[in-house]
Amino acid sequence: MYIYDEYDQKIVDERVKQFRDQTNRYLAGDLTEDEYRPLRLQNGVYIQRYAPMLRIAVPYGLLSSKQLRKLASIARNYDKGYAHVSTRQNFQFNWPELEDIPDILAELATVQMHAIQTSGNCIRNTTTDQFAGVAKDEVIDPRAWCEIIRQWSTFHPEFHHLPRKFKIAVNGAQQDRAVIEVHDIGLEAIRNSQGELGFKVYVGGGLGRTPIIGSLINEFLPWPHLLTYLDAIVRVYNRYGRRDNKYKARIKILVKALTPEIFAEKVAAEWANAKDGPMTLTEAEVKRISSHFIAPAYKQLTDIDFNEIDQQHPGFARWRQQNTRPHKQTGYIAVTLSLKATATPPGDISDKQLDAAADLADQYSFGEARTTHQQNIVLADVEQNKLFELWQQMRELGFATPNIGMLTNIISCPGGDFCSLANAKSIPVAEAIQRRFDNLDYLFDIGELDLNISGCMNACSHHHIGHIGILGVDKKGQEFYQISLGGNTGYNTALGSVLGPSFAQEEIPDVIEKIIQFYLKQRHADERFIDTYQRLGMEPFKEHVYAKNN
Amino acid sequence: MQKIIKDAQIVNDNWHLLANDISLENIANCDDVIVPFALWQEHKQLLQKRDGQTAVWLDSSQEIEELADDLTTLPLIALEFPAFTDGRHYSSARILRDRYRYKGEIRAIGDVLKDQLFAMHRCGFNAFVVRADKDIENALLSLNDFTETYQGATDQPLPLFKRR
Ligand code: HEM
Ligand code: SF4
Repeated sequence: MYIYDEYDQKIVDERVKQFRDQTNRYLAGDLTEDEYRPLRLQNGVYIQRYAPMLRIAVPYGLLSSKQLRKLASIARNYDKGYAHVSTRQNFQFNWPELEDIPDILAELATVQMHAIQTSGNCIRNTTTDQFAGVAKDEVIDPRAWCEIIRQWSTFHPEFHHLPRKFKIAVNGAQQDRAVIEVHDIGLEAIRNSQGELGFKVYVGGGLGRTPIIGSLINEFLPWPHLLTYLDAIVRVYNRYGRRDNKYKARIKILVKALTPEIFAEKVAAEWANAKDGPMTLTEAEVKRISSHFIAPAYKQLTDIDFNEIDQQHPGFARWRQQNTRPHKQTGYIAVTLSLKATATPPGDISDKQLDAAADLADQYSFGEARTTHQQNIVLADVEQNKLFELWQQMRELGFATPNIGMLTNIISCPGGDFCSLANAKSIPVAEAIQRRFDNLDYLFDIGELDLNISGCMNACSHHHIGHIGILGVDKKGQEFYQISLGGNTGYNTALGSVLGPSFAQEEIPDVIEKIIQFYLKQRHADERFIDTYQRLGMEPFKEHVYAKNN
Repeated sequence: MQKIIKDAQIVNDNWHLLANDISLENIANCDDVIVPFALWQEHKQLLQKRDGQTAVWLDSSQEIEELADDLTTLPLIALEFPAFTDGRHYSSARILRDRYRYKGEIRAIGDVLKDQLFAMHRCGFNAFVVRADKDIENALLSLNDFTETYQGATDQPLPLFKRR
C-alpha cells in the first residue's frame, strides 16, 4: 500500500496543527458556529443527535493492520468501543468529544491516517473496487490512480468551497464493483486498440433526493491528462454549479441542465488551457506510485480442491461459496469478513474485532485489509490452504456470517438512532429483516439479492440501487417506509422504482417476505431476483404485495 | 486607515472600495478607487481619465472573462466573497493569473477569514481585506499553515510530483 514519505507526513502533521487551532478558536468563541461548521466538516466532524461524529478517511478502502489497531484503540479510548464502516469505505466514530478530536487526529497521523475532506463541500475520499489488484477481471489496478487523485485533491486550493460535496470513484475491472455511475465523476480504466491506457469519464451521477445515472463525457482520456482534465471538470462545476439551492447544487443538476454534450464542450474548452501543462502526469510519477501497489510476495501454490472439506463441513462450504472470491494468483483467494451479523448494526465493528481483524490480516493477508462500500471488510490475499483455519477463527470473532451478496447483507445507514437528518430509523428495520430471514437454507435458496435501507432521502445507503430499496419517509411526524424494486449496480446500474404506498415499521418484514415469495414462485431456473424483476416488471409485484387477501 | 494583508505583510490601504449604488459624479477625482464592475463597463473611458487610479471589483457571479480586454489598464482587481463558503472566485483568480497572465494586485474582499487565506494565496490572490471584526495579525499567520502542497497552482505551478 502507499507509504507516506516525509512530504505526505508533513502535510498531515501540519493539518493536525491547523485543525487544532481552528477547534481551539471555536471553543474560545473566536469562531462562530457558522464559521466553524465548514471547517469541521472538511475534517469529517459532524454534530449529530447525541455527539459529534468523526469520519476518518480510508483512501480507496485500503488499510494496514497497524492502522486497524489504531482504530481499535481510538474506539476504546475515545468512543464507546466500536466504529462503523461507511458506504464510502471510510470509518466513522459516533461518540467522540469535540475537545478530543485534535488528539485523535494526532494519533491517526502517527499511522498515516487523517480525516481530511471526508465531509463538506469539497472533493471527498476517492473510492474503488475492494478487490483491486487481485480480481481476475481486472484491466488495471485502480489503486495507483486513486492515490494520484488523492494527492491531487488533498487541499486542492481552488476547490475548498464547491457548491456541494464531490465524489470520485475509479474502477479498473470488467465488472464495476465501485458503482462509478452514481458518482460525481466515475472513471473506468480501459485500454484502446493500441493497448494504451486511458479512462472513460462519466459525470453527474449521484443518489440523494434526485438520483441520476452519470453520463459518459469522454470515451477515452489518455492517462497523462487525468489531472488536468479533472481540474477542468471541477472548475466548470465550481463556477457554474448552482449555489442558490443546496438541493440543486450537485454537479448532476448542472450536467442535466446544460445537457451532457454542452457540459462536455465546456470542459473541453477549459481543458484546452491546461492540457500539457505542469499538472500533466509523468511516467515516472505513475511508476513511483504504482510501485507501492505491486503484488505481495505470493508463494508458488496450486489451486485447492475443496470438495472433501466441503462435504465434511457444510457450514464451511456455504460460507466459502458466499464469502470468498477467486483470485488472480493460483492458490490464493479473497475473503470477505461479514459485518452483517444479525443484532449488530450493519457495518459496526467493535474494538476487539478491529484488533482481531488486524491479527487476521497479519496472519493471513500480508498485513492488509480493505473496507467495502457494502460495509464489510476484505482480506484479499489468503492462501487457499489456510482458508479452513481462517474460517474457524472468523466464526469465533463473528465475521463468518455466510451472507455476502445475499438478502441479509443489508447496507444500512445509522438512520434515526444517530443521524439528525433521519426521517426514520434504519438499524431496527435491518435487524427485523435479518431475523425474518435467519434460516440459511431459505437465504441460499433466495440467492443473490442486494437490500439497502436509508433513513431519509439523502440516500446514504444507496437505497436506489438496491435490488430492494427501503427509504424512511416522514408522514405527519410518523415514521414510514417506502419500498423500491429494480435498482442495480455494475455497468448496468439502474435506479429502482417505487412499489407503491409506504408501510409502517412493523409491516416491513412481511412486505419483504411477500416480495420474496412472489419472486420464488415466479422465477425461472437460475434467475436471480433482479432478473425476475426485470423480466416481469413492477406490476405483478405490486399487485401481489398490495392484494387484500394473501 | 484600513489595514490589509498585502504580499504577506500588514500594510495601510489607500484604496476606496465603492459600493454598487455609486454614481460617476460622486467619485472624487484624485482618490484611488475600486469601482463596481457595472460602472466600469459603462464608463470605462471617463474613469480612466481621472487623476486617481481606478480598479474594479466583481461580485461572485460576475465572470472574469469579461475583463479580458481591460487587464493591462487595471492595477488591481478585487474579487468579492459574499460568504466565505462561496468558492467561485478561487477559480476566477486562477484564470486571471494562469490564463491571462495578469500581474496586478488580486484582492480578496467580503467574507474573508483566516482559514481561507492559504488557499486563496495559492490561487493567485496577493491581497486580503480580512473581515473587520477579525484579528488581522492572527490571520496573517495562516499563510504559513502548510509548508508543502501536492498540486500545482498559481503560486507554485509545479506539482509536488515534479519536485519530489
Ligand atoms: C450520521 C451522519 C450523516 C449525515 C448527517 C449524513 C448526511 C448526508 C447528506 C446530507 C447527504 C446528501 C447529500 C446529497 O445531496 O447528495 C448524504 C449522502 C450520502 N451519505 Fe451520508 N450522512 C451521514 C452518515 C452517513 C453514513 C453512515 C454513510 C455510510 C454508511 C453515509 C454515506 C453517504 C453516501 C454514500 C451518500 C451519497 C448519496 C449520493 O450518492 O448522492 N452517510 N449524507
Ligand atoms: S440517509 Fe439520511 S438518515 Fe441515513 S445517514 Fe444519511 S442523512 Fe442520515
